[in-house]
Amino acid sequence: MFALSIADLHKKYKGGFEALSGLSLDVQEGQFFGLLGPNGAGKTTTIGIITSLVTKTSGKIRVFGVDIDADFPAAKRLIGVVPQEFNFSIFEKVQDIVTQQAGYYGIPRREALRRSEKYLRKLGLWEKRNVAARELSGGMKRRLMIARGLVHDPKLLILDEPTAGVDVEMRRGMWDFLEEINREGRTIILTTHYLEEAEQLCNQIAIIARGKIVENTSKRELLRKLDKETFLFDTKNPVTEIMPLENVEFSLVDETTIKVTKNRTQSMNHIFIHLDSQNIVVDSMRNKSNRLEELFLEMVE
Amino acid sequence: MMRRNWISFTSIARKEMIRIFRIWVQTLVPPVITITLYFIIFGGFIGSQIGAIGGYDYMAFIAPGLIMMSIITNSYSNTVSSFFSTKFQRNIEELLVSPTPNWVMVLGYISGGMTRGLCVGMLVSLVSLVFVRLPLFHVPFILLFALLTSFVFSLAGMINGIFARSFDDISIIPTFVITPLTYLGGVFYSISLLPEFWRDLSRINPVVYMISGFRYGFLGIADSNVWLGLGMLLLFSVVLFLFTLSLLKKGVGIRA
Ligand SMILES: Nc1ncnc2c1ncn2[C@@H]1O[C@H](COP(=O)(O)OP(=O)(O)OP(=O)(O)O)[C@@H](O)[C@H]1O
Ligand SMILES: [Mg+2]
Repeated sequence: MFALSIADLHKKYKGGFEALSGLSLDVQEGQFFGLLGPNGAGKTTTIGIITSLVTKTSGKIRVFGVDIDADFPAAKRLIGVVPQEFNFSIFEKVQDIVTQQAGYYGIPRREALRRSEKYLRKLGLWEKRNVAARELSGGMKRRLMIARGLVHDPKLLILDEPTAGVDVEMRRGMWDFLEEINREGRTIILTTHYLEEAEQLCNQIAIIARGKIVENTSKRELLRKLDKETFLFDTKNPVTEIMPLENVEFSLVDETTIKVTKNRTQSMNHIFIHLDSQNIVVDSMRNKSNRLEELFLEMVE
Repeated sequence: MMRRNWISFTSIARKEMIRIFRIWVQTLVPPVITITLYFIIFGGFIGSQIGAIGGYDYMAFIAPGLIMMSIITNSYSNTVSSFFSTKFQRNIEELLVSPTPNWVMVLGYISGGMTRGLCVGMLVSLVSLVFVRLPLFHVPFILLFALLTSFVFSLAGMINGIFARSFDDISIIPTFVITPLTYLGGVFYSISLLPEFWRDLSRINPVVYMISGFRYGFLGIADSNVWLGLGMLLLFSVVLFLFTLSLLKKGVGIRA
């Protein structure tokens, strides 16, 4: 069964802007699904429709087989959401925010207290439970929203850029946590602008651009599609000109840095010999960027 | 199902109560001070120069009106400000993503408005005891009019909160509609003392019937038909409740 199935979703906002134009997407149960796309592509709009914050213009959505038009409350019980923007009351205390949310799902207070403790502990916020939310740091606020989104034990967790503005160490901690709850059997959908994050976490990746899915494959398949790699070479001496070489592009970033883009099948030796013949000595080299990033740019263009 | 809805309702209601009593200096104290001043100024200083109305001295005549006035304004302002600030801070989304049905959501917010309206009403009643001994002519009338009026104005406040887009919008209706209707609703005078034109005009002001019916419960005198008033309140309750539900269903002001 699909955890989430979206068919031909359209959204026209008041004012006439068409944010989604026929988006279709299936997410398998148990998957860690990455939804990628440039700013304004329609990621948040899609999530908004799934969680009833945005009304759709047309299209069908099923959550574990439950049609949201037929029984939205039943679908909502299966979904937990961590929004892109902070949307809790900043005056309320951390634990109150989580137990309050549990209450909205009809969870009795004692059970709500127990679960809020469980998730606040897991997310390292237990010490802050009696602090007003406005006193949390940005990263803590994000984790608070994760605890809140999990309090009713949803089978599907949707996170909209959960690691935006979170430092490297904390981000890794969050990744571990998300991988753990995914292993427990929860389906996760995550949007992110950090491709490294998608590469690390997701086993299926869809790319959305201008309100439509332009790519939807497994991560492995996606990476295989990438046939070009880019490196930066630091040279010992200043370089002014490089002779061309078949299947390889050279460009000078500055006088001691060369950008080299090569086919994956092309060997490195070949390049070094070519440079050596021109008396260019390479001191060190590094990967220009994440491979996914390259592909991503290619696709959304 | 009902149990879940009940828990959801008590969660909203609980949050509303906490808000009212946490910021009691803003929610409970100012109305009591204002109404006390009315008692002193109108009831005491001016009232001593005005003769009896319907057999009661002026202080006793205005006391039920002032209690009702405080119920009206506080029920209204609690739901409008609570709902609007929830919307403004976007934590309304916590409720919207949950399976809470719209009618539970409405009743939750209304419970806050009624709690504040009736609490202030009680406090003002206690203050009034300092100035006057009010008879209790017909207690069920007092309770029914207080409860229903509070319900209606809590709903009206919620509707205002749903449509409001800015903090200005939540003060426009109270200033230009609620306050004039209340002041012209016979708090300070009996509409039967008005010239014919103004008396007829007053008859289309629903607040006249609310105050009059409430006063009837205490004093046994009324400016208008109290049964008509009761019927009107019931009608308003049902119509406004259904209207609020339809707004939420359409997502007016809360869903993009
Ligand atoms: N309430 C709204 N009214 C009108 N247009 C909107 C509204 N919300 C979003 N849009 C428009 O819809 C488009 C998609 O926005 P959306 O927030 O879904 O993008 P996104 O993919 O989440 O982008 P980002 O990565 O920046 O978060 C944008 O052009 C945006 O301006
Ligand atoms: Mg977004």
